Amino acid sequence: MSQLTYREAVRHALAEELTRDPNVVVMGEEVGQFQGAYKVTQGLLEKFGPKRVADTPISEAGFIGMGIGASMLGVRPVMELMFWSFYSVAFDQILNNAANVRYMSGGQINCPIVIRGPANGGTNVGATHSHTPENILAAHPGVKVVVPATPYDAKGLLKSAIRDNDPVFFLENTVLYGEKGEVPDEEYLIPLGKADVKREGKDLTIVTYGRPVIQSLVAAELLAKEHDISVEVVDLRTIRPLDIDTVLASVRKTHRVLVVEEQKPFCGVGAQLTYMIQSEAFDDLDAPIGRLCTIDAPAIYSPPVEAEQLPNPQRILKAALALLD
Amino acid sequence: MSKKPSATIEQKPTASNTSHGQAPVNAALTPAQKIELFSQMVRIRRFEERSHRAYTGKNAAGGANIGGFLHLYNGQEAIAVGCCSLMGKHDHVITAYRDHGHAIAVGMDTKALMAELYGKVTGCSKGKGGSMHFFSPERNYWGGHGIVGGQIPLGVGLAYGVKYKGHKGSAMAFMGDGAVNQGAVHEAYNLAALWNLPCIFVIENNGYSMGTSQARSSAGELAKRAEGYGMAWGVCEGHDVYEVRATMDKFLKIAREECKPAVVEIRTYRYRGHSVADPDNTYRTKTEIEDYRRTKDPIQVFQTTLIAEGVLTAESAEKIDEAARAEAEAAADFADASPYPTPDDIQKDVYWESDNPDQRTSQGRLFFN
Ligand SMILES: Cc1ncc(C[n+]2csc(CCOP(=O)(O)OP(=O)(O)O)c2C)c(N)n1
Ligand SMILES: [Mg+2]
Repeated sequence: MSQLTYREAVRHALAEELTRDPNVVVMGEEVGQFQGAYKVTQGLLEKFGPKRVADTPISEAGFIGMGIGASMLGVRPVMELMFWSFYSVAFDQILNNAANVRYMSGGQINCPIVIRGPANGGTNVGATHSHTPENILAAHPGVKVVVPATPYDAKGLLKSAIRDNDPVFFLENTVLYGEKGEVPDEEYLIPLGKADVKREGKDLTIVTYGRPVIQSLVAAELLAKEHDISVEVVDLRTIRPLDIDTVLASVRKTHRVLVVEEQKPFCGVGAQLTYMIQSEAFDDLDAPIGRLCTIDAPAIYSPPVEAEQLPNPQRILKAALALLD
Repeated sequence: MSKKPSATIEQKPTASNTSHGQAPVNAALTPAQKIELFSQMVRIRRFEERSHRAYTGKNAAGGANIGGFLHLYNGQEAIAVGCCSLMGKHDHVITAYRDHGHAIAVGMDTKALMAELYGKVTGCSKGKGGSMHFFSPERNYWGGHGIVGGQIPLGVGLAYGVKYKGHKGSAMAFMGDGAVNQGAVHEAYNLAALWNLPCIFVIENNGYSMGTSQARSSAGELAKRAEGYGMAWGVCEGHDVYEVRATMDKFLKIAREECKPAVVEIRTYRYRGHSVADPDNTYRTKTEIEDYRRTKDPIQVFQTTLIAEGVLTAESAEKIDEAARAEAEAAADFADASPYPTPDDIQKDVYWESDNPDQRTSQGRLFFN
């Protein structure tokens, strides 16, 4: 085991897959010479050369579309969006081409592309740079969506994503890039679509993913210490495919659920989850399902106020207590 | 505070090329107007330096004064000042996230700008937009936009609006040398040319898009791409405010009189990193930066020019600089003393209807938590 940052874990996954498969290429804005806007791809250009690690112009529709086209010929592009927020510039490529081409060709064409980059609020970059599009992406059959919360998960899931034959959208988090965690020295893969119980408990299940996993673990600790409440934290890790079985097993154990997401509520991931939980485990519920989201407005810039717009341990704690009343 | 004001740095750059000073639009300037152009550039420089200091420093509570990104305009001042000084009642401006200079040049209050950087409710966008999102519609300044190239179709829309309403005016849509590679820019070019819209696309070519040099990001010549759309184009140097004005005046007149768009590439340089967070050590040399500053600093160039013209003295330049520093300091004090918005403000300014509930015509829920 080594202690790696989330950033390093992603970098190691990229380096290992670049080494393993000559068809893997890494592309994006500033990924090479500049060493990555968030230094995720640091050192990769020197190690693998400009054929494998390429800097692109600021043309997301062009280069993401190019990656999708190349993937149809068996290249395995791992495209970096400096921020997932910029996906909107390439929306047509991502959601008309990557998501649909397999279906429209009657299964003749595959799109083994990975698009990765950070998608989060919390660094005061304002409404245009703080989108969390996992729900919008996952609304399109044909694509897979991964949102890892820890270095271990980030590495194992990214390696699986790169080997996957469908388009995989991998949503990282700038706030987590510097967070450290244990990562095995030997190679490992984590299958897409497998949730992980990050903390066991018996009174309440928090279902979450991404940075709110970390915040929910902090809240769970406070709830245990200060309120003697035992919380189970289920990290979805992958939004689509969705491991609903792990969620339902936890619900059947605790009988109370709080969904926490760094998303606006309307048609968010939690909306799908709560529908499925009530439809498949209605009799196991002792209370209506709770939901804590980002406050429903574009991301505010003002630093102290943005912290209150997003989920945070205090907001999670309050929402949990309200459910247990 | 730095001791040596950069408005009076040691080596003397050459003065403005006199032919530009004699262009009608510059020859017509009164000494007071020339001094105003000069002091605007100095005020932008001092504002940027003060905001940089605020960004890297801490507030009384030990926290950051400014969050997110801070893209500074140092080195490019003559462009915003030169272009905005040509604005009439129906001329409009829109730009990207490197937007502080344009905001000052159109006359926004530096207190409200600094307060916006601090995320305070007294900011020009009530603390909601931050550095990248300054707006002042009453001064025909339409932002301040964070997505590279995203503002350019809006600029065409402003030009369309001007023409539609029958005004004699224009829109200046500013972008960087990296932004020219966004698809939306090309769609906007075509629309402006096809529909004869009075839009001037201004490329502030500072040589780099983040850490990528122009040679590594763009095929061909930037402004010349206009030819593919049958548009007029021009290139000029951005360290000489006279040259910027002379060039832009020509294209603005055509836009206002004949409703014709154009692409103007203005060569410039940025002194600071892409944003304050950019360590600026992977793509250019310190010498490159110093060489530009020494020979082409737009403030120095204009100061030398105005002293030669007898409009300014070293002493009066120093006074202007002192006033600019005091203004920036007062802006920072104002920002520091202002209150933050509250969580109750988060859901204000989202819909016209939710801000004007008594005039609401739609029904149903607007918010979902
Ligand atoms: C669509 C989009 N892609 C990427 C970015 C990230 N980004 C912000 S500024 C920038 C460089 C732009 O360079 P340029 O257009 O030359 O303007 P300058 O910063 O030099 O003023 C990049 C890549 C963004 N904001 N929007
Ligand atoms: Mg540039």
